[in-house]
Amino acid sequence: MSTAPEPATAAAPSPEPPSLEVRGLAFAYPDGHQALYGIDLTVRRGERVALLGPNGAGKTTLVLHLNGILTPGRGSVVVGGLPVEKQHLREIRRRVGIVFQDPDDQLFLPTVGEDVAFGPANFGVSGAELEARVEAALAAVGMSEHRDRSPLHLSGGQRRRVALATVLACEPEILVLDEPSTNLDPVARRELAEVLLGLDTTMLMVTHDLPYALQLCPRSVVLDDGVVVADGPTRELLRDTELLRRHRLELPFGFSL
Amino acid sequence: MGAGHSHPLYLPGESPVHRLPAEVKIVAAFGVVLCVVATPREAFWVFGGYLLLLAAVWVAARIPPGWIARRALIEAPFVVLAVLLPFTGGEPHVEIAGGVTLSEPGLLGAWNILVKGTLGVLTSLTLAATTPLRDLLLGLQRLHAPAIVVTIATLMLRYADVIVGEARRMRLARISRGHDPRFLWQAGATARGVGSLFVRSYERGERVHLAMVSRGWTGRMPALSQQRTSRAQWLTGLAAVGVAAALAVTGWVVA
Repeated sequence: MSTAPEPATAAAPSPEPPSLEVRGLAFAYPDGHQALYGIDLTVRRGERVALLGPNGAGKTTLVLHLNGILTPGRGSVVVGGLPVEKQHLREIRRRVGIVFQDPDDQLFLPTVGEDVAFGPANFGVSGAELEARVEAALAAVGMSEHRDRSPLHLSGGQRRRVALATVLACEPEILVLDEPSTNLDPVARRELAEVLLGLDTTMLMVTHDLPYALQLCPRSVVLDDGVVVADGPTRELLRDTELLRRHRLELPFGFSL
Repeated sequence: MGAGHSHPLYLPGESPVHRLPAEVKIVAAFGVVLCVVATPREAFWVFGGYLLLLAAVWVAARIPPGWIARRALIEAPFVVLAVLLPFTGGEPHVEIAGGVTLSEPGLLGAWNILVKGTLGVLTSLTLAATTPLRDLLLGLQRLHAPAIVVTIATLMLRYADVIVGEARRMRLARISRGHDPRFLWQAGATARGVGSLFVRSYERGERVHLAMVSRGWTGRMPALSQQRTSRAQWLTGLAAVGVAAALAVTGWVVA
Protein backbone atom coordinates (compact mmCIF):
# COMPACT_ATOMS: atom_id res chain seq x y z
CA MET A 1 0.00 0.00 0.00
CA SER A 2 1.22 3.48 -0.77
CA THR A 3 0.40 4.90 2.63
CA ALA A 4 2.04 2.26 4.78
CA PRO A 5 3.22 3.69 8.08
CA GLU A 6 6.91 4.27 8.66
CA PRO A 7 8.63 1.70 10.86
CA ALA A 8 8.39 2.59 14.50
CA THR A 9 12.17 2.49 14.93
CA ALA A 10 12.96 5.07 12.24
CA ALA A 11 14.81 8.07 13.59
CA ALA A 12 12.44 10.73 12.31
CA PRO A 13 13.68 14.30 12.29
CA SER A 14 10.31 15.57 13.51
CA PRO A 15 8.77 13.98 16.61
CA GLU A 16 6.76 10.94 15.61
CA PRO A 17 2.97 11.52 15.62
CA PRO A 18 1.02 9.91 18.46
CA SER A 19 -0.83 6.72 17.59
CA LEU A 20 -4.10 8.35 18.54
CA GLU A 21 -5.07 11.94 19.01
CA VAL A 22 -8.65 12.88 19.86
CA ARG A 23 -9.48 16.59 20.09
CA GLY A 24 -12.74 18.06 21.40
CA LEU A 25 -14.80 15.14 20.16
CA ALA A 26 -18.53 15.60 20.62
CA PHE A 27 -21.28 13.42 19.28
CA ALA A 28 -25.04 13.11 19.51
CA TYR A 29 -27.01 10.17 18.16
CA PRO A 30 -29.67 10.94 15.53
CA ASP A 31 -32.36 10.55 18.21
CA GLY A 32 -30.84 13.55 19.98
CA HIS A 33 -29.11 11.64 22.77
CA GLN A 34 -25.78 13.38 23.39
CA ALA A 35 -23.19 10.66 24.08
CA LEU A 36 -19.89 12.57 24.01
CA TYR A 37 -19.28 16.15 25.19
CA GLY A 38 -15.79 17.07 23.99
CA ILE A 39 -13.25 14.30 24.55
CA ASP A 40 -9.50 14.98 24.54
CA LEU A 41 -7.24 11.95 24.52
CA THR A 42 -3.72 11.35 23.26
CA VAL A 43 -2.13 7.92 23.14
CA ARG A 44 1.57 7.87 22.27
CA ARG A 45 3.04 5.09 20.19
CA GLY A 46 3.68 1.93 22.20
CA GLU A 47 1.51 3.03 25.16
CA ARG A 48 -1.08 0.72 26.71
CA VAL A 49 -4.05 2.69 28.00
CA ALA A 50 -7.19 1.44 29.74
CA LEU A 51 -10.42 3.30 29.05
CA LEU A 52 -12.54 2.85 32.16
CA GLY A 53 -16.08 3.87 32.80
CA PRO A 54 -19.50 2.57 33.83
CA ASN A 55 -22.05 1.26 31.36
CA GLY A 56 -23.46 4.05 29.25
CA ALA A 57 -20.47 6.33 29.78
CA GLY A 58 -19.86 6.60 26.04
CA LYS A 59 -16.95 4.17 25.77
CA THR A 60 -18.31 2.23 22.80
CA THR A 61 -19.42 5.43 21.08
CA LEU A 62 -15.87 6.74 21.38
CA VAL A 63 -14.43 3.51 19.99
CA LEU A 64 -16.70 3.65 16.95
CA HIS A 65 -15.30 7.11 16.18
CA LEU A 66 -11.75 5.84 16.08
CA ASN A 67 -12.18 4.03 12.79
CA GLY A 68 -14.77 6.32 11.26
CA ILE A 69 -17.89 4.19 11.74
CA LEU A 70 -19.44 7.16 13.50
CA THR A 71 -18.64 10.67 12.30
CA PRO A 72 -18.02 13.28 14.99
CA GLY A 73 -20.49 16.12 15.37
CA ARG A 74 -17.57 18.32 16.45
CA GLY A 75 -13.85 17.77 17.01
CA SER A 76 -11.37 15.47 15.32
CA VAL A 77 -9.66 12.10 15.52
CA VAL A 78 -6.16 11.59 14.11
CA VAL A 79 -4.55 8.14 13.90
CA GLY A 80 -0.78 8.04 13.45
CA GLY A 81 -0.85 11.49 11.85
CA LEU A 82 -3.73 10.66 9.48
CA PRO A 83 -7.07 12.36 10.17
CA VAL A 84 -10.14 10.13 10.23
CA GLU A 85 -11.90 11.41 7.13
CA LYS A 86 -13.86 9.80 4.39
CA GLN A 87 -11.06 9.78 1.82
CA HIS A 88 -8.70 7.73 4.01
CA LEU A 89 -11.24 5.46 5.66
CA ARG A 90 -9.60 2.31 4.25
CA GLU A 91 -6.18 3.14 5.63
CA ILE A 92 -7.73 4.31 8.92
CA ARG A 93 -9.52 0.98 9.30
CA ARG A 94 -6.26 -0.83 8.70
CA ARG A 95 -4.52 1.31 11.32
CA VAL A 96 -7.21 0.97 13.97
CA GLY A 97 -7.75 -2.68 14.83
CA ILE A 98 -10.91 -3.15 16.88
CA VAL A 99 -11.44 -6.45 18.69
CA PHE A 100 -15.14 -6.55 19.48
CA GLN A 101 -16.63 -7.88 22.66
CA ASP A 102 -18.25 -11.04 21.30
CA PRO A 103 -15.84 -13.13 19.20
CA ASP A 104 -18.84 -14.73 17.50
CA ASP A 105 -19.56 -11.35 15.95
CA GLN A 106 -16.03 -11.04 14.70
CA LEU A 107 -15.41 -14.57 13.43
CA PHE A 108 -17.85 -15.05 10.59
CA LEU A 109 -16.01 -17.27 8.13
CA PRO A 110 -16.08 -21.08 8.13
CA THR A 111 -12.47 -21.56 9.24
CA VAL A 112 -10.06 -19.74 11.54
CA GLY A 113 -7.45 -19.31 8.78
CA GLU A 114 -9.93 -17.72 6.38
CA ASP A 115 -11.13 -15.32 9.03
CA VAL A 116 -7.62 -14.18 9.88
CA ALA A 117 -6.95 -13.66 6.16
CA PHE A 118 -10.14 -11.61 5.69
CA GLY A 119 -8.82 -8.28 7.02
CA PRO A 120 -5.44 -8.19 5.26
CA ALA A 121 -7.07 -9.43 2.03
CA ASN A 122 -9.47 -6.48 2.20
CA PHE A 123 -6.48 -4.18 2.60
CA GLY A 124 -4.89 -5.54 -0.56
CA VAL A 125 -2.48 -8.14 0.81
CA SER A 126 -2.39 -11.37 -1.21
CA GLY A 127 -0.39 -14.45 -2.10
CA ALA A 128 2.64 -15.44 -0.07
CA GLU A 129 2.54 -12.28 2.03
CA LEU A 130 -1.06 -12.95 3.05
CA GLU A 131 -0.04 -16.47 3.96
CA ALA A 132 2.83 -15.14 6.10
CA ARG A 133 0.54 -12.60 7.82
CA VAL A 134 -1.94 -15.31 8.78
CA GLU A 135 0.85 -17.56 10.07
CA ALA A 136 2.41 -14.76 12.10
CA ALA A 137 -0.87 -13.55 13.60
CA LEU A 138 -1.96 -17.03 14.63
CA ALA A 139 1.48 -17.76 16.07
CA ALA A 140 1.35 -14.52 18.08
CA VAL A 141 -1.80 -15.70 19.87
CA GLY A 142 -0.71 -19.35 20.07
CA MET A 143 -3.44 -20.68 17.78
CA SER A 144 -1.41 -21.90 14.77
CA GLU A 145 -2.52 -25.50 15.06
CA HIS A 146 -6.22 -24.54 14.88
CA ARG A 147 -5.99 -22.84 11.53
CA ASP A 148 -8.32 -25.18 9.64
CA ARG A 149 -10.90 -25.56 12.38
CA SER A 150 -14.28 -23.91 12.57
CA PRO A 151 -14.60 -21.16 15.20
CA LEU A 152 -17.62 -23.11 16.40
CA HIS A 153 -15.35 -25.79 17.82
CA LEU A 154 -13.09 -23.51 19.83
CA SER A 155 -13.41 -22.60 23.49
CA GLY A 156 -14.33 -19.07 24.51
CA GLY A 157 -10.73 -18.16 25.28
CA GLN A 158 -9.49 -19.59 22.00
CA ARG A 159 -12.14 -17.68 20.08
CA ARG A 160 -11.10 -14.48 21.81
CA ARG A 161 -7.47 -15.05 20.84
CA VAL A 162 -8.44 -15.82 17.24
CA ALA A 163 -10.50 -12.62 17.16
CA LEU A 164 -7.36 -10.82 18.32
CA ALA A 165 -5.37 -12.53 15.56
CA THR A 166 -7.85 -11.39 12.89
CA VAL A 167 -6.99 -7.83 13.83
CA LEU A 168 -3.25 -8.35 14.38
CA ALA A 169 -3.01 -9.72 10.84
CA CYS A 170 -3.88 -6.21 9.60
CA GLU A 171 -0.76 -4.91 11.41
CA PRO A 172 -2.64 -2.05 13.11
CA GLU A 173 -1.11 1.14 14.44
CA ILE A 174 -3.36 0.89 17.49
CA LEU A 175 -5.18 -2.09 18.90
CA VAL A 176 -8.58 -1.32 20.45
CA LEU A 177 -10.01 -4.04 22.70
CA ASP A 178 -13.65 -3.84 23.75
CA GLU A 179 -14.10 -5.59 27.11
CA PRO A 180 -11.52 -8.29 26.34
CA SER A 181 -12.00 -10.21 29.59
CA THR A 182 -15.79 -10.74 29.51
CA ASN A 183 -16.97 -14.35 29.55
CA LEU A 184 -13.48 -15.76 30.07
CA ASP A 185 -12.63 -18.27 32.73
CA PRO A 186 -9.63 -17.36 34.94
CA VAL A 187 -7.16 -19.43 32.93
CA ALA A 188 -8.30 -18.05 29.56
CA ARG A 189 -8.19 -14.58 31.09
CA ARG A 190 -4.58 -15.03 32.20
CA GLU A 191 -3.59 -16.57 28.84
CA LEU A 192 -5.08 -13.60 27.01
CA ALA A 193 -3.23 -11.22 29.31
CA GLU A 194 0.04 -13.01 28.55
CA VAL A 195 -0.59 -12.72 24.82
CA LEU A 196 -1.44 -9.01 25.14
CA LEU A 197 1.62 -8.27 27.28
CA GLY A 198 3.76 -9.97 24.64
CA LEU A 199 2.63 -7.56 21.90
CA ASP A 200 4.38 -4.24 21.39
CA THR A 201 1.43 -2.63 19.59
CA THR A 202 -0.15 0.53 20.99
CA MET A 203 -3.23 -0.53 22.88
CA LEU A 204 -6.47 1.04 24.05
CA MET A 205 -8.42 -1.33 26.25
CA VAL A 206 -12.06 -0.53 27.02
CA THR A 207 -13.12 -2.26 30.21
CA HIS A 208 -14.71 -2.10 33.61
CA ASP A 209 -12.53 -4.98 34.80
CA LEU A 210 -10.25 -2.86 37.00
CA PRO A 211 -7.72 -5.55 38.02
CA TYR A 212 -7.27 -6.41 34.35
CA ALA A 213 -6.62 -2.75 33.57
CA LEU A 214 -4.05 -2.64 36.37
CA GLN A 215 -2.31 -5.75 35.08
CA LEU A 216 -2.13 -4.67 31.46
CA CYS A 217 -2.16 -0.89 31.26
CA PRO A 218 0.20 1.48 33.07
CA ARG A 219 -2.11 4.40 32.26
CA SER A 220 -5.87 4.73 32.58
CA VAL A 221 -8.49 7.19 31.44
CA VAL A 222 -11.88 7.37 33.15
CA LEU A 223 -14.83 8.33 30.98
CA ASP A 224 -18.20 9.20 32.44
CA ASP A 225 -21.22 10.98 31.00
CA GLY A 226 -19.37 11.66 27.78
CA VAL A 227 -16.35 13.45 29.26
CA VAL A 228 -12.90 12.39 30.45
CA VAL A 229 -12.99 12.77 34.23
CA ALA A 230 -9.55 11.38 35.10
CA ASP A 231 -6.35 10.47 33.31
CA GLY A 232 -3.27 9.12 35.05
CA PRO A 233 -1.27 6.10 36.19
CA THR A 234 -3.67 3.19 36.67
CA ARG A 235 -2.49 2.35 40.18
CA GLU A 236 -3.05 5.90 41.40
CA LEU A 237 -6.52 6.14 39.89
CA LEU A 238 -7.57 2.83 41.37
CA ARG A 239 -6.40 3.93 44.83
CA ASP A 240 -8.72 6.92 44.69
CA THR A 241 -11.81 5.25 46.14
CA GLU A 242 -13.75 8.51 46.10
CA LEU A 243 -13.16 8.92 42.34
CA LEU A 244 -14.15 5.31 41.66
CA ARG A 245 -17.34 5.60 43.69
CA ARG A 246 -18.35 8.81 41.95
CA HIS A 247 -18.18 7.06 38.59
CA ARG A 248 -19.75 3.74 39.48
CA LEU A 249 -16.46 1.87 39.35
CA GLU A 250 -15.49 -0.63 41.99
CA LEU A 251 -12.63 -2.98 42.72
CA PRO A 252 -13.73 -6.60 43.23
CA PHE A 253 -14.35 -7.84 46.77
CA GLY A 254 -11.15 -8.42 48.71
CA PHE A 255 -9.04 -6.40 46.33
CA SER A 256 -7.09 -3.43 47.66
CA LEU A 257 -4.15 -1.34 46.49
CA MET B 1 -25.58 -30.17 13.66
CA GLY B 2 -22.38 -30.90 11.84
CA ALA B 3 -19.11 -29.11 11.86
CA GLY B 4 -18.85 -25.69 10.31
CA HIS B 5 -17.21 -27.09 7.22
CA SER B 6 -18.86 -30.48 6.89
CA HIS B 7 -22.49 -31.50 6.62
CA PRO B 8 -24.57 -34.69 6.72
CA LEU B 9 -24.67 -34.87 2.93
CA TYR B 10 -20.89 -34.83 2.63
CA LEU B 11 -18.88 -38.04 2.49
CA PRO B 12 -15.22 -37.22 3.22
CA GLY B 13 -12.85 -38.80 0.75
CA GLU B 14 -9.75 -38.39 -1.35
CA SER B 15 -11.06 -39.69 -4.66
CA PRO B 16 -10.42 -37.94 -8.00
CA VAL B 17 -14.02 -36.71 -7.87
CA HIS B 18 -13.44 -35.17 -4.43
CA ARG B 19 -10.30 -33.46 -5.64
CA LEU B 20 -11.96 -31.86 -8.66
CA PRO B 21 -12.47 -28.11 -8.04
CA ALA B 22 -15.96 -27.23 -6.87
CA GLU B 23 -16.79 -24.93 -9.77
CA VAL B 24 -16.12 -27.77 -12.26
CA LYS B 25 -18.44 -30.06 -10.34
CA ILE B 26 -21.15 -27.39 -10.06
CA VAL B 27 -21.09 -26.78 -13.82
CA ALA B 28 -20.98 -30.51 -14.57
CA ALA B 29 -23.92 -31.28 -12.25
CA PHE B 30 -25.94 -28.42 -13.71
CA GLY B 31 -25.13 -29.59 -17.24
CA VAL B 32 -26.15 -33.18 -16.54
CA VAL B 33 -29.44 -32.06 -14.98
CA LEU B 34 -30.18 -29.90 -18.03
CA CYS B 35 -29.59 -32.90 -20.32
CA VAL B 36 -31.85 -35.10 -18.18
CA VAL B 37 -34.64 -32.54 -18.28
CA ALA B 38 -34.28 -32.10 -22.04
CA THR B 39 -34.61 -35.82 -22.77
CA PRO B 40 -38.06 -36.87 -24.15
CA ARG B 41 -39.91 -39.00 -21.62
CA GLU B 42 -40.64 -41.78 -24.14
CA ALA B 43 -36.90 -42.55 -24.54
CA PHE B 44 -37.06 -44.97 -21.62
CA TRP B 45 -33.68 -46.68 -21.91
CA VAL B 46 -31.79 -43.36 -22.17
CA PHE B 47 -32.64 -42.70 -18.51
CA GLY B 48 -30.94 -46.00 -17.69
CA GLY B 49 -27.89 -44.55 -19.41
CA TYR B 50 -27.95 -41.54 -17.07
CA LEU B 51 -28.16 -43.85 -14.09
CA LEU B 52 -25.14 -45.77 -15.38
CA LEU B 53 -23.26 -42.49 -15.78
CA LEU B 54 -24.04 -41.55 -12.16
CA ALA B 55 -23.11 -45.04 -11.02
CA ALA B 56 -19.74 -44.65 -12.74
CA VAL B 57 -19.18 -41.41 -10.79
CA TRP B 58 -20.14 -43.15 -7.52
CA VAL B 59 -17.62 -45.87 -8.21
CA ALA B 60 -14.92 -43.30 -8.95
CA ALA B 61 -15.82 -41.34 -5.79
CA ARG B 62 -16.21 -44.52 -3.71
CA ILE B 63 -19.72 -43.63 -2.58
CA PRO B 64 -21.70 -46.73 -1.48
CA PRO B 65 -25.04 -46.85 -3.40
CA GLY B 66 -26.89 -47.46 -0.11
CA TRP B 67 -25.49 -44.23 1.32
CA ILE B 68 -26.89 -42.26 -1.63
CA ALA B 69 -30.17 -44.20 -1.62
CA ARG B 70 -30.91 -43.35 2.01
CA ARG B 71 -30.40 -39.65 1.38
CA ALA B 72 -32.44 -39.80 -1.82
CA LEU B 73 -35.52 -40.49 0.34
CA ILE B 74 -35.82 -36.73 0.69
CA GLU B 75 -37.59 -36.95 -2.65
CA ALA B 76 -40.41 -39.09 -1.26
CA PRO B 77 -42.96 -36.29 -0.56
CA PHE B 78 -42.72 -35.16 -4.17
CA VAL B 79 -43.31 -38.66 -5.45
CA VAL B 80 -46.77 -38.72 -3.87
CA LEU B 81 -47.94 -36.14 -6.38
CA ALA B 82 -46.61 -38.23 -9.25
CA VAL B 83 -48.49 -41.30 -8.00
CA LEU B 84 -51.80 -39.43 -8.19
CA LEU B 85 -51.40 -38.50 -11.85
CA PRO B 86 -52.31 -41.92 -13.40
CA PHE B 87 -55.63 -41.83 -11.53
CA THR B 88 -56.55 -38.27 -12.31
CA GLY B 89 -55.17 -37.94 -15.86
CA GLY B 90 -57.24 -37.69 -19.06
CA GLU B 91 -58.08 -40.13 -21.88
CA PRO B 92 -57.10 -42.61 -23.23
CA HIS B 93 -57.18 -45.07 -20.36
CA VAL B 94 -55.44 -48.42 -20.19
CA GLU B 95 -56.81 -51.31 -18.20
CA ILE B 96 -54.59 -53.19 -15.81
CA ALA B 97 -55.25 -56.20 -13.63
CA GLY B 98 -58.52 -56.26 -11.64
CA GLY B 99 -60.40 -53.90 -13.90
CA VAL B 100 -58.57 -50.80 -12.67
CA THR B 101 -58.04 -48.32 -15.45
CA LEU B 102 -55.25 -45.82 -15.50
CA SER B 103 -54.82 -42.75 -17.64
CA GLU B 104 -52.11 -43.19 -20.27
CA PRO B 105 -50.96 -39.54 -20.35
CA GLY B 106 -51.13 -39.63 -16.55
CA LEU B 107 -48.83 -42.63 -16.46
CA LEU B 108 -46.37 -40.97 -18.79
CA GLY B 109 -46.53 -37.75 -16.77
CA ALA B 110 -45.89 -39.64 -13.54
CA TRP B 111 -42.96 -41.48 -15.07
CA ASN B 112 -41.61 -38.17 -16.36
CA ILE B 113 -41.71 -36.52 -12.93
CA LEU B 114 -40.43 -39.58 -11.17
CA VAL B 115 -37.47 -40.37 -13.38
CA LYS B 116 -36.29 -36.82 -13.97
CA GLY B 117 -36.79 -35.83 -10.34
CA THR B 118 -34.92 -38.87 -9.10
CA LEU B 119 -32.01 -38.33 -11.48
CA GLY B 120 -31.88 -34.66 -10.48
CA VAL B 121 -31.83 -35.53 -6.78
CA LEU B 122 -29.17 -38.18 -7.34
CA THR B 123 -27.00 -35.74 -9.28
CA SER B 124 -27.28 -33.08 -6.56
CA LEU B 125 -26.54 -35.65 -3.88
CA THR B 126 -23.44 -36.73 -5.78
CA LEU B 127 -22.25 -33.13 -5.92
CA ALA B 128 -22.95 -32.63 -2.21
CA ALA B 129 -21.33 -35.93 -1.25
CA THR B 130 -18.05 -35.01 -2.89
CA THR B 131 -17.85 -31.29 -2.09
CA PRO B 132 -17.60 -29.65 1.36
CA LEU B 133 -19.95 -26.67 1.80
CA ARG B 134 -17.23 -24.07 1.91
CA ASP B 135 -15.76 -25.41 -1.32
CA LEU B 136 -19.19 -25.03 -2.89
CA LEU B 137 -19.10 -21.38 -1.84
CA LEU B 138 -15.60 -20.98 -3.29
CA GLY B 139 -16.87 -22.57 -6.50
CA LEU B 140 -19.82 -20.18 -6.68
CA GLN B 141 -17.46 -17.27 -6.07
CA ARG B 142 -15.17 -18.39 -8.91
CA LEU B 143 -18.16 -18.87 -11.20
CA HIS B 144 -18.94 -15.17 -10.56
CA ALA B 145 -22.19 -15.82 -8.76
CA PRO B 146 -23.51 -12.47 -7.44
CA ALA B 147 -21.25 -11.37 -4.55
CA ILE B 148 -24.23 -10.75 -2.28
CA VAL B 149 -25.46 -14.34 -2.73
CA VAL B 150 -22.04 -15.77 -1.89
CA THR B 151 -21.75 -13.49 1.15
CA ILE B 152 -25.19 -14.43 2.47
CA ALA B 153 -24.49 -18.14 1.96
CA THR B 154 -21.14 -17.82 3.75
CA LEU B 155 -22.77 -16.10 6.72
CA MET B 156 -25.51 -18.71 6.84
CA LEU B 157 -22.91 -21.45 6.91
CA ARG B 158 -21.26 -19.86 9.93
CA TYR B 159 -24.26 -18.59 11.89
CA ALA B 160 -26.86 -21.32 11.42
CA ASP B 161 -25.22 -23.23 14.27
CA VAL B 162 -24.83 -20.13 16.43
CA ILE B 163 -28.53 -19.30 16.07
CA VAL B 164 -29.59 -22.90 16.68
CA GLY B 165 -27.48 -22.85 19.86
CA GLU B 166 -29.15 -19.63 20.94
CA ALA B 167 -32.60 -21.08 20.29
CA ARG B 168 -31.70 -24.17 22.30
CA ARG B 169 -30.57 -22.09 25.28
CA MET B 170 -33.75 -20.01 25.18
CA ARG B 171 -35.84 -23.17 25.04
CA LEU B 172 -33.97 -24.65 28.01
CA ALA B 173 -34.56 -21.45 29.96
CA ARG B 174 -38.29 -21.61 29.20
CA ILE B 175 -38.58 -25.26 30.15
CA SER B 176 -36.61 -24.67 33.35
CA ARG B 177 -39.27 -22.19 34.41
CA GLY B 178 -41.97 -24.79 34.01
CA HIS B 179 -43.07 -24.06 30.47
CA ASP B 180 -44.58 -27.18 28.94
CA PRO B 181 -46.57 -26.34 25.81
CA ARG B 182 -48.97 -29.18 24.98
CA PHE B 183 -51.82 -27.30 23.36
CA LEU B 184 -52.00 -24.72 20.70
CA TRP B 185 -53.15 -21.96 23.06
CA GLN B 186 -50.05 -22.49 25.17
CA ALA B 187 -47.77 -21.85 22.24
CA GLY B 188 -47.70 -18.10 22.93
CA ALA B 189 -44.43 -18.22 24.84
CA THR B 190 -42.80 -20.24 22.09
CA ALA B 191 -44.00 -17.76 19.51
CA ARG B 192 -42.62 -14.86 21.52
CA GLY B 193 -39.38 -16.83 21.84
CA VAL B 194 -39.17 -17.06 18.07
CA GLY B 195 -39.79 -13.31 17.90
CA SER B 196 -37.03 -12.45 20.30
CA LEU B 197 -34.72 -14.91 18.54
CA PHE B 198 -35.37 -12.96 15.37
CA VAL B 199 -34.56 -9.66 17.08
CA ARG B 200 -31.41 -11.13 18.58
CA SER B 201 -30.28 -12.52 15.25
CA TYR B 202 -30.98 -9.19 13.62
CA GLU B 203 -28.89 -7.39 16.23
CA ARG B 204 -26.13 -9.92 15.81
CA GLY B 205 -26.27 -9.27 12.07
CA GLU B 206 -25.67 -5.58 12.75
CA ARG B 207 -22.72 -6.32 15.03
CA VAL B 208 -21.20 -8.75 12.53
CA HIS B 209 -21.55 -6.12 9.83
CA LEU B 210 -19.86 -3.56 12.07
CA ALA B 211 -16.96 -5.93 12.73
CA MET B 212 -16.62 -6.68 9.02
CA VAL B 213 -16.61 -3.00 8.08
CA SER B 214 -13.95 -2.40 10.75
CA ARG B 215 -11.71 -4.85 8.96
CA GLY B 216 -12.01 -3.01 5.69
CA TRP B 217 -14.95 -4.85 4.12
CA THR B 218 -16.49 -2.86 1.28
CA GLY B 219 -19.13 -5.27 0.01
CA ARG B 220 -16.99 -7.79 -1.83
CA MET B 221 -15.59 -10.92 -0.28
CA PRO B 222 -11.87 -11.18 -1.01
CA ALA B 223 -10.94 -14.22 -3.09
CA LEU B 224 -10.33 -16.84 -0.45
CA SER B 225 -8.15 -19.13 -2.52
CA GLN B 226 -5.49 -18.48 -5.09
CA GLN B 227 -5.67 -21.93 -6.65
CA ARG B 228 -6.27 -22.05 -10.37
CA THR B 229 -8.41 -24.60 -12.13
CA SER B 230 -6.55 -26.33 -14.94
CA ARG B 231 -7.91 -27.11 -18.38
CA ALA B 232 -7.51 -30.82 -17.67
CA GLN B 233 -9.76 -30.50 -14.60
CA TRP B 234 -12.41 -28.74 -16.65
CA LEU B 235 -12.17 -31.42 -19.34
CA THR B 236 -12.57 -34.19 -16.76
CA GLY B 237 -15.67 -32.58 -15.30
CA LEU B 238 -17.18 -31.73 -18.64
CA ALA B 239 -16.64 -35.27 -19.95
CA ALA B 240 -19.61 -36.31 -17.82
CA VAL B 241 -21.70 -33.55 -19.38
CA GLY B 242 -20.55 -34.74 -22.82
CA VAL B 243 -21.82 -38.24 -22.13
CA ALA B 244 -25.11 -36.84 -20.81
CA ALA B 245 -25.51 -34.62 -23.89
CA ALA B 246 -24.87 -37.59 -26.17
CA LEU B 247 -27.55 -39.52 -24.29
CA ALA B 248 -30.02 -36.64 -24.62
CA VAL B 249 -29.40 -36.36 -28.36
CA THR B 250 -29.84 -40.12 -28.83
CA GLY B 251 -33.07 -39.84 -26.90
CA TRP B 252 -34.40 -37.26 -29.37
CA VAL B 253 -33.27 -39.26 -32.40
CA VAL B 254 -34.81 -42.50 -31.15
CA ALA B 255 -38.06 -41.16 -29.75
